[in-house]
Amino acid sequence: MSYMLAAYIVVWIGIFLYVMSIGRRQVRLQAEVRELKELAARRKR
Amino acid sequence: MEEGRTVKRSAEIVVGLLAFILMLTAGYAIFYYAPMERVMREVQKIFYIHVGTAWNAFLAFFLVFLASIIYLRTRDRRWDNLAGASAEIGVLFTTLVLVTGPIWGSSAWGTWWTWEPRLTTALVLWLIYLGYLAIRAAVPEPQRRGMLAAVFGIIGFADVPIVYFSIVLWGSKLHPQVIGPGGGGMDPRMLVTLIITVFAFTALLIYLLFKRLAVEEITQEVAAIKDDLRSQLDAI
Repeated sequence: MSYMLAAYIVVWIGIFLYVMSIGRRQVRLQAEVRELKELAARRKR
Repeated sequence: MEEGRTVKRSAEIVVGLLAFILMLTAGYAIFYYAPMERVMREVQKIFYIHVGTAWNAFLAFFLVFLASIIYLRTRDRRWDNLAGASAEIGVLFTTLVLVTGPIWGSSAWGTWWTWEPRLTTALVLWLIYLGYLAIRAAVPEPQRRGMLAAVFGIIGFADVPIVYFSIVLWGSKLHPQVIGPGGGGMDPRMLVTLIITVFAFTALLIYLLFKRLAVEEITQEVAAIKDDLRSQLDAI
């Protein structure tokens, strides 16, 4: 039983960590886009 | 542009929901519907996720191969983005295959690792696509990166059929052929469970592709704004 559980836990942790890393990258980049757009708008003014 | 993003976001949600439902169904089928194998008992149930992730790693690498060919013909960056995203997810799935395999092997064969054809070629496949991702990370110029990665992605795919046919080509007592000509066959309930699990991981692959491509899109948006700002500053 422990081997089967270990395999399933590893798979789900692996997928969860990958989804988390994509989410973190997305949030960081969206913040950068907002910041850059504000900067560009200020420059135009 | 905004409308396109809304459509993609809606598709991502639909595929995400489908993946979630299929994963729940696969979980039910694995633990309650599929019969217990007589010799290996519950450890055999690792087979479903092991094969599900392996098939989808192959599918992801096939997408890299296909997108790379189209990129070389069209030089459309969207195909390069698809190839890069697909390779990353393929590496994730291959990592899971290389981790679940030894866990299963430790119980079924009494060893974590052995240099038999399927394991060795699968490890080589993982290293090839790690190399592919390293190339993508190392080359900053998009055109050059796309070209190099596409060539590598096309050549690297040659290892996928080698992994698949390795047990036929070199023979393996540890990886018996279960499905296909010469296969030992399996209980129909096991086969149904395997098919559901493979589809569940395919839906997950598509969902992850949507998410990864969205990140790539924003990365390019950031680069475009930076270029714009730089040209404004240069004009002063």
